[in-house]
Amino acid sequence: MTDKTFNADSVPVLALGYRFQWEPAQDCYVLLYPEGMVKLNPAAGEILKRVSEKKQTVDELIADLKAAFNGADLDDDVYQFLEEAHDNDWIRAE
Amino acid sequence: MTTTGSEQNKAPGSTGGAVGVNANESIRQPLWLLAELTYACPLQCPYCSNPMDYAKIKSELSTEEWIDVFKQARAMGATQLGLSGGEPLTRPDILELIQEARNLGFYTNLITSGIGLDASKAQAFKDAGLDHIQVSFQASSADLNNLIAGTDAFQHKIDMARAVKAAGYPMVLCFVTHRQNIDQLDEILDLAINLDADYVELATTQYYGWAMHNQDQLMPLKEQLERAEATAHRYQEEQKGNMKIYYVVPDYFEERPKACMNGWGNVFLTVTPDGTALPCHAARELPGMELPNVRDMSIREIWEGSNDFNRFRGFDWMKEPCRSCDEKEKDFGGCRCQAYMLTGDPAMADPVCTKSPDRHLVDEAIQRGRDEANKTAQEAKPLVFRNPKNSKEISGL
Repeated sequence: MTDKTFNADSVPVLALGYRFQWEPAQDCYVLLYPEGMVKLNPAAGEILKRVSEKKQTVDELIADLKAAFNGADLDDDVYQFLEEAHDNDWIRAE
Repeated sequence: MTTTGSEQNKAPGSTGGAVGVNANESIRQPLWLLAELTYACPLQCPYCSNPMDYAKIKSELSTEEWIDVFKQARAMGATQLGLSGGEPLTRPDILELIQEARNLGFYTNLITSGIGLDASKAQAFKDAGLDHIQVSFQASSADLNNLIAGTDAFQHKIDMARAVKAAGYPMVLCFVTHRQNIDQLDEILDLAINLDADYVELATTQYYGWAMHNQDQLMPLKEQLERAEATAHRYQEEQKGNMKIYYVVPDYFEERPKACMNGWGNVFLTVTPDGTALPCHAARELPGMELPNVRDMSIREIWEGSNDFNRFRGFDWMKEPCRSCDEKEKDFGGCRCQAYMLTGDPAMADPVCTKSPDRHLVDEAIQRGRDEANKTAQEAKPLVFRNPKNSKEISGL
């Protein structure tokens, strides 16, 4: 991976043209974009759900996730996913 | 926790690759609904994939019928909706259709020439929930664009591309390439940069409908493609992180066929202006199709039970060399319509494949293109433009 895009204060937002939603027929969260779809696993879904619903810093996002998942130690995983999602052009940093 | 997204499903015919398709499992959900709202179109592109006898089609689905089609497909799991044609903006109910589609949860793509669009409509569609407008260009310069489209449309398209961007959509430009414009790839990509495009799709002409009729005049030369590929890669490097450029080598110049439609009856459903449901937009041309209509049957009955949609599902229909081929799950034997057009039998291997005994037919088509390119302007065959007059003549109306 190249230079890191996200730090504690950066605000991840969905890239232009991307839409996040729950798909009952797929039984998972998906990202929709021009002429395509990514099915998300549950963890990716939980992170992007928060990214799409509310503008907040990575720190706040992690706190939010910890509150929802019994204080699990997930900082590294969140950072890793955000970088991956950015490499895929799903999100950008504000 | 591991946190990568998994399966991606790109539109058939679009670039960017598809993975994770299992055609040998039980029937999957249709993920893509292509709604060909109308065959009416102000342009006359000679590479149009609409059927040549489209002038025969008189009775378009009503607003209510389209909305019902959307609801049924959405309930079966479709997420992507292409509003296409013809020119979809000629439908007076386009705004209502967009609104309904968005309310149902579709990611809604408007595939337009830009003719009939203006800045206030682009904004109204945005407010109605339209996700994406794809504006197609015929070439980079006004002269060639207008020649190919058979109309004076270029400046308007430029204005519309800007209006689309200004209204807050991602700007997706589509250039359909062929022998007569592919040498202008630099200009095409410079234009895209100038317009601040987010995605550029360099689509290659696919030989169906009108394009097949005009194949000799559209077929690129191998050396043109080599130059085009180098140019596309150079721009891809330069524009990394800025503009995404999709470029695919035309299947005639590959050794393996395209995974057409990601497999027959697998993810893709087309409904034509008169309500005919098709596994792909060219399949109407195949012999022996029953052409089920959404006016007579539910989408589920058509998708799961019709002979048309089951005809080339899975692998049992295959002949050799596909049947025993270890790549059949990758490309599904290629395109049924291409197999039919070139060999007369839609169950044959797509002749693009070098394992096909019919590959020489593709090589001969490439050579015919070269022969045609070597002719003088006086000797060369004229392009046949897609318009009602030519359609009526060709279909004997």
